[in-house]
Amino acid sequence: MIPLHWYLWLGSIVFCIGIFGFLAKRNIIIMFLSIELMLNGVNISLVALSHYMQDLRGEILVFFIIAVAAAEAAIGLAIVVSLFRNRTSPHVDEIRELKG
Amino acid sequence: MNFTDIHTLMPEIVMAVLALAVLLSELVIRRKETVGLLAIVSVAVTAYFIPTSFGTVFNGMFISDGYSVFFKFIFFTCLILTVLISSRYLEIERSSHGEYYALLMFATLGMMLMASAGDLIVLYLGLELMALSLYVLTGFIRHEYRSNEASLKYFLLGAFSSAILLYGIMMIYAQTGTTDINTISSVLTEKKATVSLLLSVIFLLVAFSFKIALAPFHMWTPDVYEGAPTSITAFMSVGPKAAGFAVLGRVFLVGLYPLQINWIPLLIGLSILTMAVGNILAIQQRSVKRMLAYSSIAHAGYAVIGIIAGGNEGVSAMMNYLLIYMFMNIGAFSILILMRSEDFLGESLDDFKGLAKTHPLTAGLMLLFMFSLTGIPPTAGFIGKFYLFKAAVGAGYTWLAIVTVIFSAISAYFYLRVVIYMYMHEPEGEAVSLSGSPSLGLALLISALLVLFIGIYPSPFISFARIVTG
Amino acid sequence: MPGRYLPTEYLPVAIFIAISIAFGLGALIMGSMVRLRRPYREKLMPYESGIDPVGEPRVRFSIRFYIIAMLFVVFDVEAIFMYPWAIVFDKIGLFALIEMIIFIVILLVGYVYALKKEAFRWE
Repeated sequence: MIPLHWYLWLGSIVFCIGIFGFLAKRNIIIMFLSIELMLNGVNISLVALSHYMQDLRGEILVFFIIAVAAAEAAIGLAIVVSLFRNRTSPHVDEIRELKG
Repeated sequence: MNFTDIHTLMPEIVMAVLALAVLLSELVIRRKETVGLLAIVSVAVTAYFIPTSFGTVFNGMFISDGYSVFFKFIFFTCLILTVLISSRYLEIERSSHGEYYALLMFATLGMMLMASAGDLIVLYLGLELMALSLYVLTGFIRHEYRSNEASLKYFLLGAFSSAILLYGIMMIYAQTGTTDINTISSVLTEKKATVSLLLSVIFLLVAFSFKIALAPFHMWTPDVYEGAPTSITAFMSVGPKAAGFAVLGRVFLVGLYPLQINWIPLLIGLSILTMAVGNILAIQQRSVKRMLAYSSIAHAGYAVIGIIAGGNEGVSAMMNYLLIYMFMNIGAFSILILMRSEDFLGESLDDFKGLAKTHPLTAGLMLLFMFSLTGIPPTAGFIGKFYLFKAAVGAGYTWLAIVTVIFSAISAYFYLRVVIYMYMHEPEGEAVSLSGSPSLGLALLISALLVLFIGIYPSPFISFARIVTG
Repeated sequence: MPGRYLPTEYLPVAIFIAISIAFGLGALIMGSMVRLRRPYREKLMPYESGIDPVGEPRVRFSIRFYIIAMLFVVFDVEAIFMYPWAIVFDKIGLFALIEMIIFIVILLVGYVYALKKEAFRWE
């Protein structure tokens, strides 16, 4: 069997790639994908933990995360579509009507 | 699980069923005010099931106790007031759709689950239900670019903070082997505070700070609050914030209580930074709506003091503060909605010039809410702050109370500036035409009366909060 | 034996990955060493001979596609809850059936809503 901490490392690496992508990229769709990557990093770790601890909670949480991520994806796309009806660029830097 | 447990869940079940019914009723009802009325009736029906709901079910996953019931009371009042101030406003914005009310109800359902969550899984689901509804509500004025943009910003940062929350939950799960908040607490009392344990505390703290807009995780707040429909800004700055405090209290004062020594300094730092950022940046704002957004950041900083102080005293002071904040903040936003008409935004400070001459009653109400937000007696805001200070001093944080007083004094500058514009400036150009409606008037009446009532005779509310936490 | 484990059964996969990376990089490096480099204006144009591209390269297509995709994603993923349910169904029995019916009724409300809002009409 592959040791647990390998999975946890993999999960944290995927999570960190997601954080990096979210902070470094300026395209809405890429940022959105990065968030999905972060969630999947968590999912990998949770499933591995759940398996090693012989405890179902982690797997249950993963189910819910997947379902919620799908709803989130749908709402995210809906927001982007309604934004594109008024503008055309997918770049965050060009979205700056509101400033502080 | 057996069927006798169901009475504990009844308020949530009823709320879910009625929210779905309201969603479907939108398809057949033409007059959208009727849908709003249905939403208010649904809240009343849900509230009917609250008194019989006490108990802990599903192996501690769902807790209905005094703490959660007090918060549910805040959520219900917040929903009712929001529905009251919405209908006319949505017509002005040409976005009168029935889904609005159904989404508000779903958001409230999510908040109820958050307040009652005894398990991090339930907490996450409640949080997402609330957040997903709010993303849509923020972008509800589809044809307006400002609203779209606010929605997108809120969505991206909200989803990001949810992912961070999940990572924190995963780390807690890895180290304690459970997601149940009470079990986490008992496992942690036997553990030493390791680096990885503290890291998971930080992850959770960052995620919650995003949700309740503590600096330095507040960046989204001003933009989102300014771009969202004003009625939703009023709702967001009260209900979801209170829900965030409910989970912050439950997770940190129960689950992570054994690590209290480690997280209290972090929370104190966040609180002071939040008060500083909120109050100082609010001074520069020319838009009253944006000023209120910064003020809402600052008020979150005050309320956190209740959690820092801890114990019955601190928690009940925090809960009271959130209750009082609801009335004064929704009141102030109602005035903004009153100012908005078809071709007039009414958000700028200049629009308030000479309001006392043209509309004395409106100016008087705004005066009351501004005094209350500053914390001047005999308004409710004073009572809220007073009990927070008392809790802080009682827990040995006198210096923190002094810092808060200093920041409150700074806040007087920008709140009272609105008053000065209303009373000491001459009206410019045409007189502002107000767009009142009976329901908006009712909401204003309720908020104003309660701000005054709690300010003069606070003991019923104070003892209510004491009893439910004790 | 955590920590000292060597996943020998994954060795072929690792070798395969190493070879494919080496092959890809090798081809690029070899090419850059061998090829001639003589840039001039015509060569740098998108089409060396022919007409320059005009306008946006992306084709805008109907917003309907997005709406259908969104609805598909949501309803599709909700089905994952039925797999664990199906596995333990014979152990829990009637209660599980009722729960699943409630779940499907909630989905049905969403479906009716989408149908009435004409989200599925292709016009």
